[in-house]
Amino acid sequence: MSEHVVSRKTYFIIFGALMVLTAATVLVATFDLGPLNVIVALSIAVLKATLVVLYFMHVRYSSKLTWVFVGAGFFWLAILVAFTFSDFATRSWTMTAK
Amino acid sequence: MEQQREAGTLGMWAFLITEIMFFGGLFLAYILYRTKFPDSFAAASSHLDWKLGAFNTAVLIVSSLTMALAVYYSQTGDRAKLIGFLILTIVLGVTFLVVKAIEYHDKYVKHHVPGPFFGFKWEEHAGDPKQVEMFYYIYFAMTGVHALHMVIGIGIMIVLVLMARRGRFTPEYHSPVEISGLYWHFVDIVWIFLFPLLYLLGAHIHSH
Repeated sequence: MSEHVVSRKTYFIIFGALMVLTAATVLVATFDLGPLNVIVALSIAVLKATLVVLYFMHVRYSSKLTWVFVGAGFFWLAILVAFTFSDFATRSWTMTAK
Repeated sequence: MEQQREAGTLGMWAFLITEIMFFGGLFLAYILYRTKFPDSFAAASSHLDWKLGAFNTAVLIVSSLTMALAVYYSQTGDRAKLIGFLILTIVLGVTFLVVKAIEYHDKYVKHHVPGPFFGFKWEEHAGDPKQVEMFYYIYFAMTGVHALHMVIGIGIMIVLVLMARRGRFTPEYHSPVEISGLYWHFVDIVWIFLFPLLYLLGAHIHSH
């Protein structure tokens, strides 16, 4: 398996997509959509990050072992957030206290 | 050579995973406090200049493109273009930091920096000054640590330019460029999350 050289065209397409998504996230943020605001903002951010990881960081063309490393990293982060938040969200007495 | 390159990439990812955990903790702090104090956080966020934030986001995305192209030209062995795009990446990184410095100065003048001199003019908003101060603690901690990563990244780029000038990189060996690229893109990803969470949270509140 020799090194995969990603074409310049791919880089420019990803760059264009990232710029469009940035404009989209700014546009959406100017409207008050209530709880939808953060959902849209985070979805766009996750999409942008995924594009950067897969193409700019070449993970899409990397070995299975690299995939496992990267996947494990983000999975561990998901555990950190999910478990802490599930604890936090179910402590109603700290949520209501001002 | 193939195995060496693979090992280098994996090693860098192992480091980046520790970085994900490091920033992840800060993001977690943000999420919890934001959930606890939604109104104060939105009010505090509306006092950040989202236009400068958006500009910096664009600057970083362009810098990621120039970095990716630098990696491309290190793979094809075009030394002049490799150096050119590395320098362009450095220029964009410095641009980002200059804008960040302007923003920090603005916060300093307005007494939005947490501490004994913190004074948030918040007549027009609901919320609690202590909660607003918490937002700014998180804002300065996260953007500060991010800016530090940028400074380190620019330092790495300068070393790469010097190495490239000495002809240290060939299509067969350019792992330092590739691996530094991973770092640079990672710092970009952190900002991709910081920008909407910090700047756009209160963008629908027109405070200016």
